[in-house]
Amino acid sequence: MQGVLETARLLEQGDASSEELTLDCLRRARSHGRRLNCYISLAEEEAVLEQARASDQRRARGAGTPLTGVPLAHKDIFCTRDLPTSCASRMLEGYRSPIEATVVRRLREAGMICVGKTNMDEFAMGSSNENSYFGPVANPWDPERVPGGSSGGSAAAVAARLVPAATGTDTGGSIRQPAALCGVTGLKPTYGRVSRHGIVAFASSLDQAGPLGRSAEDAALLLHAMAGPDPLDSTTDPRPVQDYPAALAAGKERLQGLRIGLPRQFLDERLDARVGELIQESARLLEQQGAVLREVELTHQDLAVAAYCVIAAAECSSNLARFDGVRYGYRCEEPRDLSELYLRSRTEGFGAEVKRRVITGTHVLSAGYQEAYYLQALKVRRLIRDEFLQTLEETDLLLGPTSPTAAFRRGEKIADPVNMYLSDVYTVGCNLAGLPAVSVPAGFTGGLPVGMQLIGPPFSEGLLLQVAHRYQELSDWHLQHPPEPPPGEPGQAGGTPP
Amino acid sequence: MTWEIVIGLEIHVQLATRSKLFSGAAVGAGAEPNSQACPVDLGLPGVLPVLNLEAVRMAVMLGLAVGGRIAHRSIFARKNYFYPDLPKGYQISQYEQPIIQGGSLEFELPEGGTQRLRLLRIHMEEDAGKSVHEGLGDCSGVDLNRAGTPLLEVVSQPELRSPAAAAAFLQKLHTLVRGLGISHASMEQGGFRCDANLSVRRRGDEHLGVRSETKNLNSFRFVERALEYEAMRHIEALEAGGRLQQETRLYDSARHETRPMRGKEEAEDYRYFPDPDLPPLEISPEFIEKVRRTLPELPEAHAARLEQQYQLDAASAAALIRKQGAADYFEETVQAAGGHARQCLYWMRGELYAALKRGRLDLQSSPVSPAHLGGLVRRIADQSISGKLAKEIFSKMWESREDPDKIIQGRSLERLSDPGKLREIIAEVLRENPRQLKQYQDGKSKLLTWFTGRVLAKTKGRADPNLAGKLLQQALRAQDGNAEP
Repeated sequence: MQGVLETARLLEQGDASSEELTLDCLRRARSHGRRLNCYISLAEEEAVLEQARASDQRRARGAGTPLTGVPLAHKDIFCTRDLPTSCASRMLEGYRSPIEATVVRRLREAGMICVGKTNMDEFAMGSSNENSYFGPVANPWDPERVPGGSSGGSAAAVAARLVPAATGTDTGGSIRQPAALCGVTGLKPTYGRVSRHGIVAFASSLDQAGPLGRSAEDAALLLHAMAGPDPLDSTTDPRPVQDYPAALAAGKERLQGLRIGLPRQFLDERLDARVGELIQESARLLEQQGAVLREVELTHQDLAVAAYCVIAAAECSSNLARFDGVRYGYRCEEPRDLSELYLRSRTEGFGAEVKRRVITGTHVLSAGYQEAYYLQALKVRRLIRDEFLQTLEETDLLLGPTSPTAAFRRGEKIADPVNMYLSDVYTVGCNLAGLPAVSVPAGFTGGLPVGMQLIGPPFSEGLLLQVAHRYQELSDWHLQHPPEPPPGEPGQAGGTPP
Repeated sequence: MTWEIVIGLEIHVQLATRSKLFSGAAVGAGAEPNSQACPVDLGLPGVLPVLNLEAVRMAVMLGLAVGGRIAHRSIFARKNYFYPDLPKGYQISQYEQPIIQGGSLEFELPEGGTQRLRLLRIHMEEDAGKSVHEGLGDCSGVDLNRAGTPLLEVVSQPELRSPAAAAAFLQKLHTLVRGLGISHASMEQGGFRCDANLSVRRRGDEHLGVRSETKNLNSFRFVERALEYEAMRHIEALEAGGRLQQETRLYDSARHETRPMRGKEEAEDYRYFPDPDLPPLEISPEFIEKVRRTLPELPEAHAARLEQQYQLDAASAAALIRKQGAADYFEETVQAAGGHARQCLYWMRGELYAALKRGRLDLQSSPVSPAHLGGLVRRIADQSISGKLAKEIFSKMWESREDPDKIIQGRSLERLSDPGKLREIIAEVLRENPRQLKQYQDGKSKLLTWFTGRVLAKTKGRADPNLAGKLLQQALRAQDGNAEP
């Protein structure tokens, strides 16, 4: 399966039909996708092929747009009408939403065909996709390793060439970290750039939706369709959306004299040495193209994970209160009274990590503790944001690693939550500051992909994509793909290899 | 009496917006359970609140009316607790930065004089749904039609000193919000709800005593009675050497007593924090000015103007303001009558109110319009009809909804004031009653009234009594002359 741009070209030139490609996606999902456990639910074949045929006809009439008929997958956190929305939780197993997320609606209206809902960490809480009620997702580069999280199913599906592109959400790194660990391109937009309407909320002041694709070009195409103000989300920003795909070509010129900051705290001894080398090499590549590198300080960076843990947990404890077993979702058997209905429905319906964060969040908001934790974390958040914005006035963007290591082994960190939270050490700062950031493949270590993160000032998605695209014109890391599964395996129904 | 009662009120005023505070679902009572609840009100996964600006406008109106400070920036906060009628597990309210701070409202004390009660704050919040326990067997139900309905919570300073004063203040606020048109304020339907905090202390003591909060007060009378009960309970307990505990109690109007609320073993920790789904509410000075220009005349100013413009006594003016629509009805009636304000008021409060009461109608649905009542008063004032006849015409107006002039002409009820005609009738009366005429002529001058009555009877009340009397005297004098040539 090709990426978005190539798929669109095939459709445009009549070399493939959306019907064929959609069917191919479903077949791959049922075979290789099942082994990786990428999907929680798949589109009903006849219904989705009907949509595909309709888009083929639209293209034949000349009424298509670049994305018409291109298949994609949505993270199972986006409310969809056709497919259940489980958030990878027993709490919402089989839940059918009467509303459609704005992101889903916009991509559908742009002509894309949703083939399935991808696996994730339960309620987007996790960095390894081991916290799913529907089981862990395997990294396509090494099935013993995690794909990252929480958008692990989306990243793995794109990396394994199961689907041209997928959506994700990023609260503390949940798009960028799995993108890095799976070797795909993932972008977290500025807070307020993409509507959160119809996205099951984890931490409302941090959550943002964004694309995961094979390249900056693909990410630009998707983001362009996803972004923009939405009357249903009061936190969206009113400014118009830039034409990201059209802006990409200017990347080469933009690099001339572009000031790129390398945060010292992102590149110190805590970073895996090989990952550090790859990031330095990538920076030098951009320098050779005219960029000006300089080391910068992010002195409050060390506080980011702690502040994030407190704020995200606080908001999640309130956001997840609605899952009470009263109106929808999981309800325990035969509760004796109201209190037991709440207690057991939530105890049985939520997984361990969700409960850990709900309890943490309830604690940090409680009388007597709120000042020491929640209010303190808000102050730290302000410091971090101010420092980022200050640094981004002296530079045009920041460059560093997305994650301290390449993909780790399944089970390696799951028993050690604090160590797990540190996987997000380079990503959470952007969420706290509301900044856009993109992760692009920047090399390999031990056969596993490594991601480079570019961070820009608010609403600089266009610039980030330009630089990422230019980097991808100069490198081929993003073109590498994991080994294909051995041919002739059951369910592998002769799809066209990439 | 060595005890001083200290009362503070928290009043929830339901706003008369068409849709809910954070969703597009319709507001209104009486619909099928859960038929006026959209995904936002149901707290489904993925939904987000969007603020209803109409509710903001109404909050600003009340803020201006009580002279409060309108916050240029206020914050919506989540009040977290679990209850089946609270779909999201939190209520969106305002906590640290409410939309209105301060302000005050002057009202008349029952014992005479006035008090200006200071307000602490007014904040916006959404209402919860309702739990339903009747008619579902051993199950309980949840009706979320009310969930998300916009409320203003008005919090007073604890400066009321008697249950009667508390009720009088509530009346005043009730009149105000209805006059502003921001609430129907129906107490029976929960559109105007009051929680009352009460404590007692020895007179002269500076520290407040332990307070109790009483809920479920859905009429002015219940507020007063519940607070009387609470005051007695507090005083008796303290005089018996007991101690009070801070608690929330429910008023039972059937038994006229308050009881501790069940299941309230410990103080709730609501874990308030700013709602990240809603940006701070920013209100520009221009917006406030725009609202100020649309502000209707405020009740106090309105009453003062009525008093002055129509030369009414203060009590009458206040009564007109208190009764919904009465001031407007009155002013329109006076305009139609071309003045005669006191006559207008007399007819409104007499015939009209009695008829409305008999028909169980309110002023808005009165079959007699202000224009018609004014027309009637105009005819009385220019002496076209007598007061007695006017009552008859009023009944016809009530039944037929017709213009009084049309009724008067149609039934030739117009006052007989043609001297020629009257003289003929007088002559007739004198001819028919020779005995009485003789007695009059013999000095029984009281009979003049009796003759006048006969004239009026003969004209079925249409004769102008003054003119008739004058002409009758003339005629009697002339008869005298005839008798003694």
